[in-house]
Amino acid sequence: MTTLTLSKALNAGLRKALENDPKVLIMGEDVGKLGGVFRVTDGLWKDFGEARVIDTPLAESGIVGTAIGLALRGYRPVCEIQFDGFVYPAANQIISQLAKMRYRSRGHVSLPVVIRIPCGGGIGAVEHHSESPEAIFAHTAGLRVVACGDAADAFAMIQQSISSDDPVIFFEPKRRYWDKGEVDTANGMAAALPLDRAKVALEGTDVTLLTYGPLVRTCLESALAARGDGRSIEVVDLRSLSPLDMDTIGASVRKTGRCVVAHEAPVYAGLGAEIAARITEQCFYQLEAPVLRVGGFATPYPPSRLEEYYLPDLDRILDGVDRTFGY
Amino acid sequence: MTVESGAATTAALTLNQPVPDTPDQAGEFIQLLTPEGERIDHPDYPMNLSAADIRSMYRDLVLVRTIDTVAISLQRQGELGIWASLLGQEAAQIGSARALGPQDMVFPTYREHGVAWCRGIDPVKLLELYRGVSHGGWAPEEHKFHLYTIVIGSQTLHATGYAMGIQRDGAVGGESAEAVIAYFGDGATSQGDVNEAFIWASVFNAPIVFFCQNNQWAISEPLEKQSRIPLYQRARGFGFPGLRVDGNDVLACHAVTQKAMQAAKEGQGPTLIEAFTYRMGAHTTTDDPTRYRLASELEVWKHKDPIERVRAYLVRTGQAEPEFFAGVDAEAKQVGARVREAVRTMADPPPLAIFDHVYAEPTSILRAEREQYAAYLDSFEQEAAR
Repeated sequence: MTTLTLSKALNAGLRKALENDPKVLIMGEDVGKLGGVFRVTDGLWKDFGEARVIDTPLAESGIVGTAIGLALRGYRPVCEIQFDGFVYPAANQIISQLAKMRYRSRGHVSLPVVIRIPCGGGIGAVEHHSESPEAIFAHTAGLRVVACGDAADAFAMIQQSISSDDPVIFFEPKRRYWDKGEVDTANGMAAALPLDRAKVALEGTDVTLLTYGPLVRTCLESALAARGDGRSIEVVDLRSLSPLDMDTIGASVRKTGRCVVAHEAPVYAGLGAEIAARITEQCFYQLEAPVLRVGGFATPYPPSRLEEYYLPDLDRILDGVDRTFGY
Repeated sequence: MTVESGAATTAALTLNQPVPDTPDQAGEFIQLLTPEGERIDHPDYPMNLSAADIRSMYRDLVLVRTIDTVAISLQRQGELGIWASLLGQEAAQIGSARALGPQDMVFPTYREHGVAWCRGIDPVKLLELYRGVSHGGWAPEEHKFHLYTIVIGSQTLHATGYAMGIQRDGAVGGESAEAVIAYFGDGATSQGDVNEAFIWASVFNAPIVFFCQNNQWAISEPLEKQSRIPLYQRARGFGFPGLRVDGNDVLACHAVTQKAMQAAKEGQGPTLIEAFTYRMGAHTTTDDPTRYRLASELEVWKHKDPIERVRAYLVRTGQAEPEFFAGVDAEAKQVGARVREAVRTMADPPPLAIFDHVYAEPTSILRAEREQYAAYLDSFEQEAAR
């Protein structure tokens, strides 16, 4: 085990992938010499060269569009979109091209492209740098959508995503880049949890807290705080947002009978709505209360001086938990 | 609209000067065969085709026009949902496609039926798409012909990425060199993706030819809605050569494409070819061009037909006998009949095919939906059996 920040764990995972498969490429804005604005690709350009770690022109549609072409040629490109709010210029290439190519070709074409997106708020940034667009991609058939919440998952999941023969939208919680965790970098990936599985991050008996990405840590802190009130919260880190691991989710909710979904993205038509609907269908007779949601408001992301009010924090999450006991 | 008039100028513009050219005035225009079927020598493009080659191109031109005509009538009869006709653009497509090697990769729009023909795609496969039986469904790598792309210009980036892959495979230069050709139209040149593809191809010096069929119309919008300068001149701003060719001249389209592909294979980077042609038919079978263009314009272009000039040339020079033309016509009839029959008897896919090939392996969510829907469909069968 090694202690790594989430950012360094991603870096180590990318390095492993580049070492293990000569077809793996890194591409994006500033990913080369600079090592990315968050330094996730630090040192890779130096060690693997500019043919494999490609500083691209500044155009997101071009990044994803040419990655598709490289994948058609047999490569496994890993694209970096610099910030969540910059992914929209690439929307056509992701949603209409990348996601649908296998289907359109009746299985003749496989596009193993990973699109890394630093996501979420909490870093005091200007607008378009703090968004959570995961529901858009989860709504798009043909994409796998995942979010890592800690360093160990970052290391394993980035490698699994690169190995996947499906396109993967890979969300990285940017305010957690500097969070440290224990990472097993020595062993292979055989023992790692499959990419499409959720994990119980903390066991509990009274209520299930479903979350992913940046709020995993917040939810764990909430659960620890709730212990003081004698309340046992089970925290499930979804990890995979499409497909959802309904087996793990259902097992937890059937056990606790109560559920709160927490994400930074707006609650309205967000992933929590899909999760709540599925839990209602599958766990109806075990539920003691409706599934509640805690998340962003039906507003654009606010100026950063207001983001602490917008982002779900420990208190808002525990408020949601309290409300499920009001039924 | 004349293609011969107007002198191209590449002089730098200043703020006080009007734009000196309009996009539909030709400027330079590479032509090797006039509409009357007379050969013109061009110092940069010496003739390297045999009489057999030209006869074979003539055959291709006639056969793809036949397939197009059959497809239009199939649509009128309700056998196809829609059809995008290539009428008038046969020379641009056959000329360019016949200049490709088997190793070269093609990225088409949805109108490249002539190119598809040259890549060995069964026309029936194309009609599957327009009938609504599939979204394409041929194996792109097998034919080195990517799926049709409907979102305008998107494929130019795929083509450029593929060309970057060729570079990384060391397949530029030498005997086994490969290159890519990306097809698109005049309307597509306004798309961000096409401009991004130009930038990428330029800065990475990718082995690619951008083949723009300027057919003068993007549905109802004439070229001047897309550009104030001739399209081929745009290449200059991106840092690679651009040229304009008579898009109704199969020999010229062949020659310029061959040369540009060769340059790409030798590591000289991209070229933009503007094939100056005309969409003789509607945009698709849903379109009515009489609402936006004059019949007189069509008449002018009828005299520039891409097939008639080849026939005139072959006859005048004695390179083809009447039996040859009769043979091609007979073959066209056969191909037309086969396509017509194949479409009419084409089965719809089974309903559960909806769920196939979304992912490499179906996800848990998809499996559950498929099972649920299969059970639902079964319930009708059980009811009927009762």
